[in-house]
Amino acid sequence: MTGDLLPLLVALPLLGGGVSLMLSQHRVLQRVLGVLVLTGQFGLSIAALLQVLDGSTMTAGLGGWSPDVGIVLVADPLAGLLLVVAALMLLAVFVYALGSELTGDSAPFFHPVYLTLAAGVSLSFLAGDLFNLFVAFEIMLVSSYVLITLGGKRRQVRHGMSYVVISLLASALFITAVALLYGATGTVNMALLATELDALDPTVRQALGLLLLVVFGIKAAIFPLFQWLPDSYPTAPSPVTAVFAGLLTKVGVYAIMRTQTLLFPTDGTASTVLLVLAGLTMVVGVLGAIAQDDVKRILSFHIVSQIGYMMLGVGLFSLAGLAGAVLYIVHHIIVKTTLFLVGGIIEQTNGTGQLRKLGGMLHTAPGYAVLFLLPALSLAGIPPFSGFVAKLSLVQAGLAIEQWTIVGVSLAVSLLTLFSMTKIWNGVFWGEPDEPSPVAAAEGPDRLPASPAMLGATTVLVVASLGVSLVAGPLFDVSERAATVLLERTPYIDAVVGP
Amino acid sequence: MNLVIALTIGALYTAGVWLLLQRSLSRIVIGLAVIGHGANLLLLAAGGAGGAPPVAGADPSVAADPLPQALALTAIVITFGVSAFLLSMAYRNWVYRNDDEVENDVEDRRIAEQRQAIERAQARSQELAEDGDLDREEHR
Repeated sequence: MTGDLLPLLVALPLLGGGVSLMLSQHRVLQRVLGVLVLTGQFGLSIAALLQVLDGSTMTAGLGGWSPDVGIVLVADPLAGLLLVVAALMLLAVFVYALGSELTGDSAPFFHPVYLTLAAGVSLSFLAGDLFNLFVAFEIMLVSSYVLITLGGKRRQVRHGMSYVVISLLASALFITAVALLYGATGTVNMALLATELDALDPTVRQALGLLLLVVFGIKAAIFPLFQWLPDSYPTAPSPVTAVFAGLLTKVGVYAIMRTQTLLFPTDGTASTVLLVLAGLTMVVGVLGAIAQDDVKRILSFHIVSQIGYMMLGVGLFSLAGLAGAVLYIVHHIIVKTTLFLVGGIIEQTNGTGQLRKLGGMLHTAPGYAVLFLLPALSLAGIPPFSGFVAKLSLVQAGLAIEQWTIVGVSLAVSLLTLFSMTKIWNGVFWGEPDEPSPVAAAEGPDRLPASPAMLGATTVLVVASLGVSLVAGPLFDVSERAATVLLERTPYIDAVVGP
Repeated sequence: MNLVIALTIGALYTAGVWLLLQRSLSRIVIGLAVIGHGANLLLLAAGGAGGAPPVAGADPSVAADPLPQALALTAIVITFGVSAFLLSMAYRNWVYRNDDEVENDVEDRRIAEQRQAIERAQARSQELAEDGDLDREEHR
């Protein structure tokens, strides 16, 4: 099937970013343009998903070149599903950002850079060759460098620096991997690589696979390559942290899924390396979260912990495991973004995110408490929320192929997740509201009420995460279809190279 | 592959990694640029032996492989842009602190201090408990 609309998914936000840059003197037009472009992208993503929903794969060869030298965009059910979720998040966070002071008039470049980020995320899901995936990562990362240091405060420069340096190192390793793959096989197209790599010496193949795993492992923040994430994410403005938390690491997980299934498949057995990494990622992440005292830092460590669950699904390498991982990614993107948006509201209305300085918000703002509680319970995997559905499918997949240890670990980590969520709950919402000290009140306006746009966007996402558990059945079917295509490999290869 | 090129690539990666592990920001930036050069050279080397210029109409049997060249060119441009951004950040860091070294993480320090305080408190209470035991024994 031809996918004529695929290039539009990248071109539209990229073009929008350019126009938005020219409109930097007209703030209202810039805002309207951003909403229009992201709404358009959401619509296009849905159109793309509908075309691949039956398990087919569509491709678009750019410039009429043959796939072994040209750029190919490929959308299979997995890419389609993630495109839709990502577009929804980008739109919701953008609306939230419109109501947030941090990205207001003081930051004229937020809008164009945000749209470029959207283009990078779309291209990462669609890239059909490794080098194009590298370029997509770079588009996304360069935008994220600007966004994470937006405002250029001292803390942001300090923590943004470690983020930029580690990302650049990963990019250099990525080029290295691409060069070695090209030297070994003579192509960078993933569909062609899939057949070429099978013919390669197993040790060379394994080394290349490991190198790519390290590259994407840094982006996805799996153990032991995650330290940069809790260090840098909390310093950015809240909407930026939310969109990073929801999307960027998940693009890394998507790349791991794509390369491990397409390029380096096991012979149907679970991959011990990935399972051990998954277990360690979960445990270390959640333990880190328990030790923290700041809302955003706790949530950042939880990202790491949750990545472990997705890796668990990939490591099981069974149909049920991969389907569970896909479902988990969808659930996680929505819930994590929501939690960070609520965290941003808490921080903005109180002027701080530190638990020991907060308290009693249940009395002052019960609405926020509900907005926090629903996604927090979902993250911990309490029924009937989406986290429960996603975790259940992963646990069942693990039990089906008798991986008792990792299933036990994942259940224990769920409990610890719940524990650290109650820590935020106790610190922020329970207790007596503390009176603002005269000094703090005199210091001025670092406490601002949340704007309607912020509350609206957060509420929509909370409802969306509840919606995920309502449509869990059909969603799991789609996930299963996506996993089938991943495991079979031939539909993807045939769609790109031709049967 | 040409041995000289192979050794050069190795040397660039080695120097880059060493620079990256330093604490001063300017060295880290240079280290990343050097690693980037190594990676680009590796990309070129992966295309096999050199040949005639691969322009339109060239004989494919003698022309060099154009794809790695295109890839390396793209990678060079990206490295260049990002290096510029990194340098401006290093400069901003210098403006704030008048120092080129990477700062400690405040939150990490705080947690480490909390832990040390707890350990000190435990040691003290243990000492007190032991003292108390001694006092009682003397009483008897």
